[in-house]
Amino acid sequence: MKTDRPVNLALYTIHFPVTAVASITHRITGVILMVGIGFGLWLLDLALSSEAGYLRASEVMQGGLAKFILWGLLASVIYHVCAGLKHLLLDMHIADSLEGGRIATWAMLVISAVLVVLAGVWVW
Amino acid sequence: MVTNVTSFSRSGLSDFLLQRVTAVVLALYALCIIGFFLVTPDLSHAKLVGYFGSTSMQLFSLLAVLSTAAHAWIGMWTIGTDYLRPAHVGSSATLLRFVYFALVVIALFVYVVWAVRIFWSL
Ligand code: HEM
Repeated sequence: MKTDRPVNLALYTIHFPVTAVASITHRITGVILMVGIGFGLWLLDLALSSEAGYLRASEVMQGGLAKFILWGLLASVIYHVCAGLKHLLLDMHIADSLEGGRIATWAMLVISAVLVVLAGVWVW
Repeated sequence: MVTNVTSFSRSGLSDFLLQRVTAVVLALYALCIIGFFLVTPDLSHAKLVGYFGSTSMQLFSLLAVLSTAAHAWIGMWTIGTDYLRPAHVGSSATLLRFVYFALVVIALFVYVVWAVRIFWSL
């Protein structure tokens, strides 16, 4: 690839609108999930392996750090799914105007925030 | 048509569609297992094994992990080709991208094998 091609947009200097912030967060939560699956599989593997393994897994999940990781992963799942479903609506040309997109994004953010808080209540 | 050797299906359009289909599968799967944990307050080892060990859940888990592999590959590919470019990381971009793609493939392969081992030994 030619490395001296002109770069037209100085993306890093552009102020992000809410839709862009929502989009990059969707990307970040996708990467978190990619790593988080490892934690989830490890925990399930342990809990399913035997009665003793199950007790060990419950014990691990009593820890503050473990709870925080679980909550972080749940938050990522919740956000990624909410933003993902909104993305699927956009793909069907629902709420894909500038104004409609902003409203849908705010609605999605509010719904996600509520669910993330509820997930926190459930974890602790 | 533009084809690319590292995209999932060598066609952006079919990658796009596959990412959407797998997203729906994964959303349903997430809903099912989160729902299970929500409606089962006094969880036990036996209940957990009973749930994940049922044939329907074994099949659903298999479908979910395969969907994850496709979905995450396409997603991580998009991210890699967005950021690991000469304009961002310099002249070693191709090598960096190769290493990054290799790590993603290895991780996803491990996830699939691991998940099959967990769910199909119940
Ligand atoms: C196993 C769990 C999942 C992982 C590891 C994962 C990972 C990713 C990654 C890395 C991306 C790329 C993001 C980007 O290009 O900016 C992505 C995109 C996407 N994800 Fe997920 N995802 C998961 C589950 C889900 C679920 C359950 C949905 C349900 C709606 C979903 C919907 C989407 C959509 C629609 C996109 C495309 C976004 C775009 O084209 O910009 N994902 N995912």
